Amino acid sequence: MGYVMTKQRMDEVLTSLRETYRVYAPKKVGKFIRYGEVKSMEEIVFDEKSHFSPKEVFYPIVQTLLYFSENDVRESEVDARPVVLFLRPCDINGIHRLDTIFMENGGKADNFYQRLREKVKFFLMECCESFETCFCVSMGSNATDDYAVAVRVNDDGVFVEVKDETFANLFSGEAACDFTPAFVTENKRKVNVPAITDRAMVKDIHALEMWREFDDNCIGCGGCNTVCITCSCFDTTDIIYNETSRDGERRRVWSSCMLNDYSTVAGGHNVRAKAGDRMRFKAMHKLYDYNARFGKGNMCVGCGRCDMRCPKDIHFSETIDKLAAAVETLKEGKEC
Amino acid sequence: MNNITLPQPHKIIKIIHETKAEYTFRVHYEGKTDHGQFFMLSIPKIGEAPISVSSRGEDYVEFTIRKVGRLTDGLFGMNEGDTLFMRGPYGNAFPVENFKGKNLVVVAGGTGMAPVRSMLQYFAAHPEEIQSVYFIVGFKDRDAVLFEDDLAAFAKAEKFHTIYCLDNMEAEGFHKGFVTNYIKDVPFAEFDDFNVAIVGPPAMIGFTAKECVKNGVSEEKIWVSFERKMSCAVGKCGHCKINETYVCLEGPVFNYTKAKELLD
Repeated sequence: MGYVMTKQRMDEVLTSLRETYRVYAPKKVGKFIRYGEVKSMEEIVFDEKSHFSPKEVFYPIVQTLLYFSENDVRESEVDARPVVLFLRPCDINGIHRLDTIFMENGGKADNFYQRLREKVKFFLMECCESFETCFCVSMGSNATDDYAVAVRVNDDGVFVEVKDETFANLFSGEAACDFTPAFVTENKRKVNVPAITDRAMVKDIHALEMWREFDDNCIGCGGCNTVCITCSCFDTTDIIYNETSRDGERRRVWSSCMLNDYSTVAGGHNVRAKAGDRMRFKAMHKLYDYNARFGKGNMCVGCGRCDMRCPKDIHFSETIDKLAAAVETLKEGKEC
Repeated sequence: MNNITLPQPHKIIKIIHETKAEYTFRVHYEGKTDHGQFFMLSIPKIGEAPISVSSRGEDYVEFTIRKVGRLTDGLFGMNEGDTLFMRGPYGNAFPVENFKGKNLVVVAGGTGMAPVRSMLQYFAAHPEEIQSVYFIVGFKDRDAVLFEDDLAAFAKAEKFHTIYCLDNMEAEGFHKGFVTNYIKDVPFAEFDDFNVAIVGPPAMIGFTAKECVKNGVSEEKIWVSFERKMSCAVGKCGHCKINETYVCLEGPVFNYTKAKELLD
């Protein structure tokens, strides 16, 4: 069902929603647009892309998992309230990638992810006009039908489509209209996705000269992973409360495959000691490995946040194009 | 909801000093493990790390841990009787059923002996289940030698042929040089059927496998075990991923035909 209403009326809906749900949306936090709890439509930034992805709402940067005492271990608890999350189509598609890793890989769900993720209801923010670094259309992640409610905001008011009946009563007093969200159909930035058609090409891609340029360019800060909607890697660290006891807790903290010690084992051996090797590892995960393992398309959804974040102006979209070109050259070489 | 990464408390029964830098922790455990599997051990003040089972008994498993890096330091302050938190076992194992009744060549480098130790102990105790065992192990120097009692026992064990070596020095019972130098001494041509298991640092695995192939061993007879950083062991944390493969899920033991295609 579709409805149309004023912003003021939508604010009242948010107020009713907040009796049951915690409502998260992109909002101004200092100089960044980042996900946080919102009370009104005014706070939600619709006309710019958020610098950070919505994943931190249900997959926090730092999360206490367990509490230890001398002889016992106890699981932490989370806020019992469900969550309404305002987000764009690329991010919903990105969250499907996170779900694949946390809920499916290895055949068992990660409880610490599941317990927050299953509380989340998607409120799609209609996204018809592409932003500067977006390339979602090239990645095929510009559209989705996985949302509870879709929202369009313009000068004529707020339009909503309600797909999840749970939310129907919130809007039942509003004027009905035919609204379904439109999706962006063209980005300024277009990429050629590498067509790696044969597993045997992985060895040649591994040896490509193009990775070496990142040895100097990339400083390994991990900023790209931090803003990525599809990056799921983490470390765990144990904290003790004071030196004289073993009481403490285990925390899960986001990790980054671009950090130098991401793959360093005890004893110091690092299997990817050069920044270029780590860039290759990331690029191949986003553009080949994920699909090779799960058959669900590319991991990268083209949100372009990494391109905005990189302090060295490395554009992942350009890396994708370079890899695609190199892959074609490799194919031609093989055919000769 | 059964939490797949919730560790359980286990008592430390015994701590054995193998070398100045390596201790073996014997921990109470009554479940089943297969040769080559690992557990996630909670290292006090640090976090979790994957540690191979280096031996096992009716009611215990042993872990041999090198005192290097910040990861393993916290364990060394623990005493017998203390509680250690752990979860597992994880990963696949060496295909020991497939090894039975044939010849077995085991090549290990340093702490790489830990993941193959329980398998060697098994065949030393059950010689009727194997045609022969060729065991080649290398350590850095005399002070780095691990599992001295086992090395002595394997040298005398029925059907065992052992070659022990040190990287840079000679010593009683030890040759000088790398394990790769001694692959040619294994009479592969005389075996009607055999398997090779290789465990050690990545470079050692690579050189040893290539040396085996050079000596006429076909790749599908070679099995290797990978050591990788892991923060979950259940396919979530991402650290052990190589290409489309997760070492914690599909490994740590791989046939060499697969392992040689895994490019870090």
